[in-house]
Amino acid sequence: MKYFCIFYMTAAAIILLAISSCKNQRRDTIVSLGTKNGVLYFGNQTEPEDLDPHIVTGVPEFHILQSLFEGLVTPDPRDLHPLPGAAHSWDISEDNLVYTFHLRSEATWSNGEMVKASDFVFSFQRILSPRLGSEYAYMLYCIDNAEKYHKGALKDFARVGARAKDDTTLIIRLGSPTPYFMSLIMHDSWYPVHPPTILKFGNIDSRGTRWTRPENFTGNGAFKLADWQINKIINVVKRADYWDAQNVKLNGINFYPIENNQTEERMFRNDELHVTTNLPLQKIDWYKNNAPHLLHIDPYLGTYYYICNINRPPLNNKKLRKALALAIDRKSLTDDILKGGQIPAGSFTPPNTAGYLFDPVVTFDTIEARKILSETGFKSGDSLPPISVLYNTSESHHIIAQAIQQMWKRYLGINVTLVNQEWKVYLASKTKKEYDIARMGWIGDYNDPNSFLDLWLTGGGNNNTGWSSPTYDSLVKQASKSADQVERFRLFSQAESIFLDELPAIPIYFYTNVYLLKPSVKGWYSNILNMHNYKHLYLE
Amino acid sequence: MVRFILKRIFFETIPSLIVIATITFFLIRLAPGGPFSTEKSISPEVLTQLNAFYGLDKHLFTQYLTYMARIITFDFGPSFKYPGRTVTELIAESFPVSLELGVYALCIAIVSGILAGLIAASKPSSLRDYLTMSISMGGICIPTFVMGPLLVLLFSLILGWFPVSGWNTFSNRILPSITLGMVYIAYIARLTRGGLLDTMVQDYIRTARAKGLPERLILIRHALRGALLPVLSFLGPAAAGLITGSFVVETIFSIPGLGRFFVAAAFNRDYTMIMGTVVFYAFIMISFNTIVDVLTALVNPRLRSSLR
Repeated sequence: MKYFCIFYMTAAAIILLAISSCKNQRRDTIVSLGTKNGVLYFGNQTEPEDLDPHIVTGVPEFHILQSLFEGLVTPDPRDLHPLPGAAHSWDISEDNLVYTFHLRSEATWSNGEMVKASDFVFSFQRILSPRLGSEYAYMLYCIDNAEKYHKGALKDFARVGARAKDDTTLIIRLGSPTPYFMSLIMHDSWYPVHPPTILKFGNIDSRGTRWTRPENFTGNGAFKLADWQINKIINVVKRADYWDAQNVKLNGINFYPIENNQTEERMFRNDELHVTTNLPLQKIDWYKNNAPHLLHIDPYLGTYYYICNINRPPLNNKKLRKALALAIDRKSLTDDILKGGQIPAGSFTPPNTAGYLFDPVVTFDTIEARKILSETGFKSGDSLPPISVLYNTSESHHIIAQAIQQMWKRYLGINVTLVNQEWKVYLASKTKKEYDIARMGWIGDYNDPNSFLDLWLTGGGNNNTGWSSPTYDSLVKQASKSADQVERFRLFSQAESIFLDELPAIPIYFYTNVYLLKPSVKGWYSNILNMHNYKHLYLE
Repeated sequence: MVRFILKRIFFETIPSLIVIATITFFLIRLAPGGPFSTEKSISPEVLTQLNAFYGLDKHLFTQYLTYMARIITFDFGPSFKYPGRTVTELIAESFPVSLELGVYALCIAIVSGILAGLIAASKPSSLRDYLTMSISMGGICIPTFVMGPLLVLLFSLILGWFPVSGWNTFSNRILPSITLGMVYIAYIARLTRGGLLDTMVQDYIRTARAKGLPERLILIRHALRGALLPVLSFLGPAAAGLITGSFVVETIFSIPGLGRFFVAAAFNRDYTMIMGTVVFYAFIMISFNTIVDVLTALVNPRLRSSLR
């Protein structure tokens, strides 16, 4: 009986104590301490694969890399136009083929050495080295002969269009005019690496060496790597010797790899994070109603869409694809189901991508959809061969697929089955074209319509639909090389019209970036690439 | 005893590990998708280079032989997902965290489970018995992915006693350890209660009672020792399970343990990481079972002959 009493009395005491002290009496939270000390606590989704800008491809890695490296130019936090970075100025030749960057003589690596033009040339050679196996090497293909060098057709790097005239002058010669070049070079694949550090731990094309460890790391950004504990924390601290140190207000940033977005939200609520990467779908409404000042919904350069396998009947029927596209109530999907401020997609390229605007043509029109379906030759939805919708395991993909399944059933009488596959299985099915309709999402690598429209070029690695149009190919290729922006947009517009008439992919919505941010974080601006140069941030 | 342990190592542990490694090696290659398949497609040139770098361009059987030769020296190779890290390094860095979490959870489970078992067995079929067993059963019935967030809600978000997640200070360790340990409290409580009820009807307990010893003393000093044998047998797999099966708790509390790698490796098709964690966990499981066999035999004189 005595044990019985002890056991239950202890339990009761804990509960009573808990209830009696329900009011949180902590004075300093983690976030308030961080704000006081100038340290930003950043929820960063997953553990970075590496911190080598020529190897990694993910967004969480990019969040960290932009604190550790500085490219030739850096994006303006408001509208992403190029601001001077490692280069203080640049000249562009009249034929738009030669870019001459004038580097700052005061810019240094974190070990104190000067950042030289030859470091950039070395970096370009490294990422283009075939043996490195960089997945983003194609981002440099606009440099003259870069693609040939990367594919092994050219062995001598001296023939590639990147040259250091002297320590502070970098000359880049392009293969053809690339109007989005200044936007392209803000990508992390263009970041320089410190040649002696790379060569100390391997060759120029060695993959996965120890140079990215905190004790070996050398970068040229506003912050330096102080600590990296796997799956726990990455800590960067302000560099006193950074050329613009007087304008860097943060003293450090702690990046936390938090895979579970519920955990991330709880940490934010408990004042353990200044900013999150995501917000769980089911929490959006709560924040909208109770704490709208913490909730941020920013447009994001990405499109969510369904691809159709046009090599397979019945999706080889253009009219059927059109009927399906017209029978999706995108507004209801974004407003009532997703609730994250997503924009219904009536075109493929997100609106206002680098100023490019395309009037939405894929609308919600059930009468037109039924009319077009009747022209397909199928008497009713029931007479169609079976159609399946493939998506990878995810709560939101599942909800969207269910909603669209219901819409097609209700408006067209078409029954589709839903096929849910684990991520890698789904990728394999998509690549082998073993699907009828599959969900896809595309995030632009750089702020230009080309980043979206070159997806659908014939034989493109990401064009898994089997669709091909020589006219479309020709228009996109012309546009990507034209120096005249008005002319480019006209060509892109023509190409996009062809694409949306054929509809090998059905656009559904444009992404938004939904996250939580403490009001104490200042200098944080919404932009379409979700790029937040930390040197402009401060806490108060 | 040394002979027994050597026999277990050479005739059971090593062959088991070889079989497990072999089956795992070929099974993961059968899964659709590869380590380099991503949403944005990789060019054929880059894919060729990556395959060459990781030796995936060689014949599967050659890869198998190379890998088996490697793991003899505890070299599990570089991770596919984390190119700058070796699998051995990732295990070495994250396993101590899982081990620590598992040890705390095990301590909570043992202390609470035995105490609950004692309370329940002290007066069988009474309200005390039913209430104690019902509460401890809660640990089994409520899954960790529900229990964890509930504990966080109460003790972190409402009361502000503990951090929501992380693995920095001692306060970070309390909620995850309780969450993980609760699953095993009920098992241990039931085994203790059952063992005690069996023991309490033995002749030597009757003798103790006849001598006039207090019931509390009989229960703790005389009955408990014998009653704990089934608990001890259970502790081997339980300890291994706690140390290796903490994926959910590690994810909920954002703990940098090995459990997260174990599961993520399978999703990422990180072949070397899958092999490394499977072989390592198999080794842990087998080792714990061997340790428990030795301990059980040492505690139970009737089993001591098996050690020879």
